Amino acid sequence: MKLTAAEQAMYDGKEGPAKQKAMDLLMRYGEALGAERLVETNNVAGAFNASTPSVRALVAKGFDAVYSELNLDSADVVPVPKMAVPTCQLITGIDNDNWRIQGIPDELADQQKKAEKHFGALGINMFATCTPYQVGNVPVKGEHCAWMESSAVIYCNSVLGARTNTEGKESTGAAALTGRIPYWGYHIPENRRGTHLVHVDIDVDDIRDWGLLGYWIGEIVQEDVPVLTGNMRQPSLIKLKHFGAAAASSGGVEMYHIPGITPEANTVDDAFGGSKIVETLRFGAAERKLAYANLNCATDRDVDFVMLGCPHNSIDQVALIALLLEGKTLSANTQLWVHTPRALREVAERNGYVKMITDAGGVVMSDTCPAISRYAPKGTRVIATDSAKQAHYLPAILGIPVWFGTVRECVEAALTGKWNGGLQ
Amino acid sequence: MTDTGSNSAIVLHGRKVVGGVAEGEALVTHDTISGWGGINEREGTVIERRHELRGVSFKDKILVFPGAKGSSGYSAYFHMTRLNGVNPRAMIFVKMTTKAALGAVVTRAPAVTDLDQDPLSVIETGDWVKVDADRGIVEVTKRPASAQAAE
Repeated sequence: MKLTAAEQAMYDGKEGPAKQKAMDLLMRYGEALGAERLVETNNVAGAFNASTPSVRALVAKGFDAVYSELNLDSADVVPVPKMAVPTCQLITGIDNDNWRIQGIPDELADQQKKAEKHFGALGINMFATCTPYQVGNVPVKGEHCAWMESSAVIYCNSVLGARTNTEGKESTGAAALTGRIPYWGYHIPENRRGTHLVHVDIDVDDIRDWGLLGYWIGEIVQEDVPVLTGNMRQPSLIKLKHFGAAAASSGGVEMYHIPGITPEANTVDDAFGGSKIVETLRFGAAERKLAYANLNCATDRDVDFVMLGCPHNSIDQVALIALLLEGKTLSANTQLWVHTPRALREVAERNGYVKMITDAGGVVMSDTCPAISRYAPKGTRVIATDSAKQAHYLPAILGIPVWFGTVRECVEAALTGKWNGGLQ
Repeated sequence: MTDTGSNSAIVLHGRKVVGGVAEGEALVTHDTISGWGGINEREGTVIERRHELRGVSFKDKILVFPGAKGSSGYSAYFHMTRLNGVNPRAMIFVKMTTKAALGAVVTRAPAVTDLDQDPLSVIETGDWVKVDADRGIVEVTKRPASAQAAE
């Protein structure tokens, strides 16, 4: 890899040991990729929290030890200076207000708060959400970013036209201290072209169907770049947030085009930019049914836990849930957690949505989700969710079967304790 | 499959991802691997619900796989398998992505990619594999047919 003079100085330790370790990691990583150089970034979204039991031993050694090992891949503990470029914290494992409802020991919640205080002072903005683009970090087309969180990466590349690969805890830790990331993959314009053409033969409009479409596409194209054409209605932030999260769970999709809607292609030809179409796929009734079957692994219709808000709910989604619950009471056998970014929770509170949900017996959570925290209400046997991503991951992470459906089906399950969803 | 006698090694040439030399028994999957939400970092097992290797541990194995998928927590989880001593002894993968690269780097086990033959067809679970990542060489000694028949 070729380094600029400024990069070489950091690599040589002239800017201190933390930047040296950061450059060492970026060099090893860049060489592993086969990158030829680094690119400057002013937008880093990473995971700097220390809220799991497995990092307890590191926390005991101090937060510099946590950052050195987990964010720089350095066993040597180096003093960590202020972040060099704008950096934010993605989702964490603990809701700073509702950890007891999650079932998390006070000690771990305390550990997270101390970590936030430490890293917050170093300049890591505590958005604490998987959707930074909902709360003020909205990169501009062409902007080079270093983001983690597969559902945010696919949104950043595809919907916003900014440029990031799916980075990890260590590479974002290094990028935050150096303002650099390997110039590889989706930073390079040619790699952003389409590979697979997907004809959508059936009407795709509601959030569930966008999720099914994403889940089906991801499993087939894996890490490639699908180009969608056909019968989709005009999507919104909410629908593309859901679609992307699904495609990045069943596969590793980081970039897609919907010609005429996403910013880098007005036509299918634009999207492929002259490169060959690897495969042409069709999404019809059978494919929709298959994705639905793959996401629904529960058989018992008694639901004891309903989870809404992965990726974190927008304010409109919280409003809809509040409306569906207004004046009603949850089944005595069922718990409901509604997840939204902390900044949007403020709005939800001001609007009265939080009260409507909590009056019905639900909990409005921020900062976390069950997949990240690995906590569901104690004794949960069957989960219902409107998220394809949670339906994909929760059976593996928590070992609990899941029903996947619409937000209305999920709210009904929370009110009755029974799953009555199905694909029409 | 390759028609090579059980004693002579098949040699594949590729590119170093992470340097070093290691040898051991191959564990081969045709499914991509999720780190976060796909593996248990304390046991080194695959936990994804519809995965070919569900419940199988890659600890001390030469892990042969198509590549990484899913969450950006991939590297952090393979990083923790190393801290917990349950990481694969080496990695051989096909599709280069940032997740696969960073995951290999922080696992600090020898890793290679861009091989001149498809490792997923040449190598089978149980074969003895030597990875010389610095030279980009993979030597595969097929498991004797008798051992396969005994299963």
